Amino acid sequence: MEKGKKKQSRRKFFFKTATAAIGAIGGAGLIAQSCETKKESGETMTLLSPDGKLVEVDKANVAPARMPAHGKNARKGIPNKKFVMVIDLARCRNARKCVSNCQKMHQLEPEDEWIKVFLMQDSDDTAPYWFPKPCFHCNQPPCVKVCPVGATYKRTDGLVLVDNERCIGCKFCMTACPYSSRVFQWKDPGQGKEDDENYSPETSVPHKVGTVGKCDFCPDMARMGKLPTCVTGCPNGVIFFGDKNEDIVTNGTESFRFSELIYDRAGYHFMAELGTEPNVYYLPPVDRLFDYKKGFKTLTPEQAEFYKKSIVHKH
Amino acid sequence: MELDAKATRALNYFIPQMVSISKSGMVQVGILLVFILGGLYALVVQIVEGHIVTGMRDNVVWGLYIANFIFFIGISYAGALISGILHLLRVEWRHPIIRIAEIITIISTIIGPAYILLCMGRLDRLHHLALYGRIQSPIIWDVLAISTYLIGSIIFLYLASIRDLAALRDYPFKQKWRKKLYRFLAISFNGNAKQNRFLERGLTIMSAIIIPLAVLVHSVLAWIFGMTLRPGWHSTIFAPYFVVAAVFSGTGVLIIALWVFRKYYHLESYITKIHFNYLGIILMILGALYGYFTFSEYLTSWYGSETWDMEVLYKLFDPHEYWWWFFFSAILGVALPVLVILIPKFRNINSITAVSVIAVFALWVKRYLIIIPTLETPLLPLQDLRPEYIHYTPTIIEWLLTFAGVALFCFLFFLFSKFLPIVSVVKGEEGTNYAELRKKVMQRVLKRKIKEEKRKASQKLQHI
Repeated sequence: MEKGKKKQSRRKFFFKTATAAIGAIGGAGLIAQSCETKKESGETMTLLSPDGKLVEVDKANVAPARMPAHGKNARKGIPNKKFVMVIDLARCRNARKCVSNCQKMHQLEPEDEWIKVFLMQDSDDTAPYWFPKPCFHCNQPPCVKVCPVGATYKRTDGLVLVDNERCIGCKFCMTACPYSSRVFQWKDPGQGKEDDENYSPETSVPHKVGTVGKCDFCPDMARMGKLPTCVTGCPNGVIFFGDKNEDIVTNGTESFRFSELIYDRAGYHFMAELGTEPNVYYLPPVDRLFDYKKGFKTLTPEQAEFYKKSIVHKH
Repeated sequence: MELDAKATRALNYFIPQMVSISKSGMVQVGILLVFILGGLYALVVQIVEGHIVTGMRDNVVWGLYIANFIFFIGISYAGALISGILHLLRVEWRHPIIRIAEIITIISTIIGPAYILLCMGRLDRLHHLALYGRIQSPIIWDVLAISTYLIGSIIFLYLASIRDLAALRDYPFKQKWRKKLYRFLAISFNGNAKQNRFLERGLTIMSAIIIPLAVLVHSVLAWIFGMTLRPGWHSTIFAPYFVVAAVFSGTGVLIIALWVFRKYYHLESYITKIHFNYLGIILMILGALYGYFTFSEYLTSWYGSETWDMEVLYKLFDPHEYWWWFFFSAILGVALPVLVILIPKFRNINSITAVSVIAVFALWVKRYLIIIPTLETPLLPLQDLRPEYIHYTPTIIEWLLTFAGVALFCFLFFLFSKFLPIVSVVKGEEGTNYAELRKKVMQRVLKRKIKEEKRKASQKLQHI
C-alpha cells in the first residue's frame, strides 16, 4: 500500500518536472499572481517557483509573467529603440477594446482610462469621428519639464514614464499636459503594500495612492518582443506600434514602413502647434470603414446622448 | 535702555494688554480654536481616506487649496509694501503700522505654503524635493523664493523690533520666562549711537532686499500657471498681474487689520485717519492698476477670440456658470474701492475699511476664477459621465481647512500681540535725523542760490 503510493507520487513527480521544464523552455513564463485572487476555476497547474519548488496553482490565478526593468534600469530605455505609434482614424468604430484591454493590463478601475476614445468634430460642417488617444510620449514633454522631483522622465527609447515611488503628487504634470493624458490615484487602490518589489515604472503596477499614472506604451511587453495590449486588443487594427529606427509599424496582422505610411496617408500630429512633438501620429479619417454612428453601439443610451451633446458647438 | 516719556507711556499702555486676556477675548480665541480643530479633523480625514474626500478630480486637479495659497501669499505683500517701500522713502507715518504689516507678512507666508502641502498627494514624500529637486521646475523656484522671502521678512521684523525688545527686557515683568525670552531676543541692545547706526543700516539693506524678493515670489507663483499650455493661464501678463493683485489685496488686509486693532486695543491715538487716508489712496491707485490689467487681459483674449480662450471666457460670462462671481471679483470689487476712495466726501475710516473688505473678498474670488474655469476647460472635449469630473465643487473638507487657515491667521496674530506690542513703542532716531538732514541740504542749496543771484545782480550793475 505504502509502496504503491510512493510509486504514484514518483510518477507524479516526473510528470510535474516535465511540465515545469516544458513551461520553462517554452519561455512563455507563466507565473502565479499573488496580489489578486480571482474565482477559482477548479483546474490546477503545476509550476516551478523561483526557489526551485513545484507548486500547484489554480489556473485562474495564472497570468503571463511580466519582466520589466526596475529602479535605475527603468530610467534608461531599451537600447537602439525609438517607439512610435500610428493611429488610423479611418478604421475606428469605438469598439473600446483598447480601453478595456489597457484597464486589464494595468489593473485599473473601470472608470480610469489611460487610453480614451473621444468623439471629435472639428467644426459644425465637418464629419464627426472617433479618436483614440493614449499618452503621446512627446519629444518635448511639458509634463517632464515641470516635474519638481524627476518622477516623470523621458527615456532614450522615446517613452515618458512615471516613477510612482518618487512622485510627490503635486499634480503639476496634470495641469501641464495639454492632452489630458494623466490620471490621479485619488484613493488607495488597495493593491498590496507600499514598497512592493514587483513595482516597476514600466508596468505601473501595483498603483500607489496619491500619485499620477498614465499610458506607458507597455515597455515590458516590448522587452519580450510583444505589442502593447491596446494594439493587440483592437478588432479593427486601428493602432499601429513600432520602432522608428527600424522604420516599421505593425498592428499585429499588417506591417508598414512607418515613413511610407505617414507619407502616403498624410499622417499628422494632433495639435502640432503646441510644439510638444508627439510620438503618436494620426492618419486622417478618410474612406472610413464604419459610419461614426456605429460607435454608439458600445455605449449605453445615456452615454451616447452625452457624447452627441458634447460635440455640438455651443457658441 | 533709556526711554523718553512718550515711549514709557506707550509701554505702560501696552503691557497690561500683553500679559492678560479679557473674558470676551477668551471667547474669541475659543471660537478660533474650534475652527482650527475643525481643520485638523479635516486634515486627518484627508490623510486617512486620500484625496478622494476633496472635490478635486482628474480635470480640476487644483481647487480651493491653491486659490487659498495664492490668496495668502498675496496678503503677505502688506509687509513688503510698508516695510520695504515706505521705509526706503522714509515716510514718517509708517511707524505705528509697520509691525502689524510685517506680522501679516510672516503669518501669511507660513499659512500660504501649507495649502500647497494640503494639495500634495504624498505628503510623506516631501523630502523628495530635497533629494531629487529639479531646478527646471517652477515648483522648486517657488520653494526657494518663498522660503527666502519668509526668512527675509522674519529678519526684517526682528530688526524692526529690537528696540522694543530691549525696552521689554528692562521692564519688571512678573513672569520669569518673559524676562528670559526678552533678554535672549534683545541681544544686549542698549540704544547707543553705534548700535543705532548699525540697526538703521541693516533695516535699509533688508528693505531694499525685500522688495525685489516680494516681486519675485509672486512672479514665480504666476509662472506656475503661465508656463503651462492652458487657455486662461498661458499669458505673458500673468507675473505683473499677480504682483499688482497681491499688493492690492495686501493693502486691503492691512487696512482691515488696522481697523480691528484700533477698535480692539483702542489705538485711536496711534492709528489715525491719516493712515487710513494714505493707505486708502494707495489702495485706490492699486485698484485702478489692477482693473487696467484685468481689462487688458480679457480684452486681448476676447478680441483675438481663439477657440480655447473663448471657451474659458464664455464660462466666465455665462450667468449660469461664473458670471456673477466674475462680476463681483473683476468689476464690482475694483470699481467700488476706487470710486469710494476717489470721492473725498465718501472717504472716512469706516468706508475705507468697508471697501477694503470687499476688495479682499473680490481678490479671493478672483483667485478661484483663475484656477477653476481654466481647469474645467481642457483642450480635449470633456467626455466623462461623472459630473464631479466635469464640474468642480469644493467639499466640506476643503471648506473646513479653508476656514481653519483664516482662523489660524487670526490666532497667530493674537499670539504675536501677546509677545510684542502691536505698535512699535520705541521710535528710532532716523526719522528726525532725516528731516533735519533734508532741512540742512535745502538751506545749503538756498544759500548757494542766493549767492549766485547776488553775483549776477552785481555783474549786471557793473555792466551798467
